[in-house]
Amino acid sequence: MLLTRSSATDRPAPLLSIRGLKTCFPTRAGLVTAVDGVDLDVQPGECLGIVGESGSGKSVTFASVIGLIRPPGRIAEGSIHFDGADLRTLDPGGWRRLRGRDIAMTMQDALTALNPALTVAEQICEVLVAHAQDLPRRNRWRAARARAIEMLRLVGIPAAESRMDDYPHQFSGGMRQRIMIAIALACRPKLLIADEPTTALDVTIQAQVLDLISDLRREFGMSVVLITHDLGVVAEHTDRVAVMYAGQIVETGPTRDLIAHPRHPYTRGLIGLIPRLSDLDAPIKPIEGQVPDLIGLGGTCRFADRCELRLPECRQDIPMRPVGAAHEARCIRAGEDLP
Amino acid sequence: MTHQEPPPLLDVRNLEKVYHLNDGLLQRVMREPPRVLRAVDYVSFSVQPGETLGLIGESGCGKSTLARTVLRLHEPTSGSIVFDGKDITRIPLAEMTALRRRMQIIFQDPYASLNPRKSVEQIVGLPLALHGVAKRGELRDRVVAMLENVGLKSGHLGRYPHQFSGGQRQRIGIARALILNPSFVVCDEPVSALDVSVQAQIIALLGTLKRELGLTYLFISHDIGVIGHVSDRVAVMYLGDIVEIGPTRALLNAPSHPYTKALLSAVPQIDAGSRRERVKLTGDLPSPLAPPSGCKFHTRCPFAMDVCRREAPVLRKNGRDALAACHLLEIEHAA
Repeated sequence: MLLTRSSATDRPAPLLSIRGLKTCFPTRAGLVTAVDGVDLDVQPGECLGIVGESGSGKSVTFASVIGLIRPPGRIAEGSIHFDGADLRTLDPGGWRRLRGRDIAMTMQDALTALNPALTVAEQICEVLVAHAQDLPRRNRWRAARARAIEMLRLVGIPAAESRMDDYPHQFSGGMRQRIMIAIALACRPKLLIADEPTTALDVTIQAQVLDLISDLRREFGMSVVLITHDLGVVAEHTDRVAVMYAGQIVETGPTRDLIAHPRHPYTRGLIGLIPRLSDLDAPIKPIEGQVPDLIGLGGTCRFADRCELRLPECRQDIPMRPVGAAHEARCIRAGEDLP
Repeated sequence: MTHQEPPPLLDVRNLEKVYHLNDGLLQRVMREPPRVLRAVDYVSFSVQPGETLGLIGESGCGKSTLARTVLRLHEPTSGSIVFDGKDITRIPLAEMTALRRRMQIIFQDPYASLNPRKSVEQIVGLPLALHGVAKRGELRDRVVAMLENVGLKSGHLGRYPHQFSGGQRQRIGIARALILNPSFVVCDEPVSALDVSVQAQIIALLGTLKRELGLTYLFISHDIGVIGHVSDRVAVMYLGDIVEIGPTRALLNAPSHPYTKALLSAVPQIDAGSRRERVKLTGDLPSPLAPPSGCKFHTRCPFAMDVCRREAPVLRKNGRDALAACHLLEIEHAA
């Protein structure tokens, strides 16, 4: 196994390691750098939360990881290592062997991500027939079908055996999301990337789906990357979190520590604008201004225009700096004790 | 409700909205049985002047249909809607149109609810022109004044919807709804399509406008945190019924109905200390085409009893100014 970092520390080698990732999309208006210099590690068995608003680069980062950036978009710089393998040098055959088996991703909108012309059974069995090595060579589809039923039961589809020959449109939103999770987990991947798995769902169903992902993570010992815009979801379900803004990670740390002691002004802003049920009198404080245009950024802190704490020195590229145990922030004032 | 209170601005009694499906020509020829969807099932509530009534519930529970039926954007099947002392349930359309100057709506989707071929001036000025309230020269001034109220500039007048961000588009929708000086505004998920930071800006704007213009809101959202912050009272809907209604603080801090409890406990909380013990619901929302017998919630309720399967509970007084519909509470009260 290729170690991407020295093992001087006691931490095990990360399952996924991203260094200096830069993903660009040429547009008529100019080159959009959607992800600009992202460093991330995902440890075996951990749940990492990625928080950010639309356009922050959270989905593009992980679309880059599993090779879903379509031309003319491209990964311009950086390295991505998964389980010892360099994903940037992978050929199409290599991707086919990896995706669905070792890394799986669930998409935000289950209705468009599932194939409307295939039954649920066909879509799950397809993955199993392609990847599951322990299925017998003969009667492969029949064996796959038995395992598909098992998976659908696991994710809580009632009457799985009779319903698996239905089409995606015949299921509710929550059930479709579960079906996508069943497909993603069918081959017991080492890493599940869940992109906004519950955004389209009602809270009661959201709670069921997130609890399910947490239970399955413990059961299979897999790593999960949970991409979301909801800090409440992050607080309840992740071990570590990275906050993204305008293509960069601006703060990362253990979830509990980061939420209790946010150091970057954007993270503080995000936490301040969550309406809390526990304190109905606490005002919701909006972050004034708008996310910057991603064309031609650089040479400044990207949050500076919206930041109440900005100084003249903020007009330069700001590196991440440590602010606590495994806790880093991209702010020159992160170390100060501010109200 | 105590007797000192002023008469409600909006009083809705036993409102019913039924959709008949399968009643096309082909279905009639084929003698298929008609299917009935009761989206709003004999709902009663009132809204006081200056109040914000929050309406929460899962998708498909009928909250948008209820709000739109109240504005008569959908025709009610039965029941009564009294607005400012006047029964508007069956008044002719011309009269209703005139009344819409005082009843407006802000839509959920700021992308779909603005005509892409019209400029901001045309969009925001249209209600003025339609109702003939502003003369030609005056129209532009009033549009500019309204744009400034919602945080846009006069320089935006000639621009088109696609030139704005989601938050700005929602501001345009708000300007359009408020330009006629309405007294009652339905906010139908006005922030659901927006990013969290923009969401907070729009909530703050709606609050400011309400104070400055003396508005009354019926505020629909599936986000309970948002509802908790904007509402004076909250109504919880499930499959076409209001199952609990009461003052925001009491209802959110000490919910009575098992469905409200489940809904609140499912909201992810950022501070570990305030997490509630999860009341787990099993299964999905049943189909509104075939609602369960008795209490519609019994199929998912962790406390369902025999009586719940047989009889539908009615809304009863449950503490000060609050109502809830649950057999469990009736038993508690009797004991």
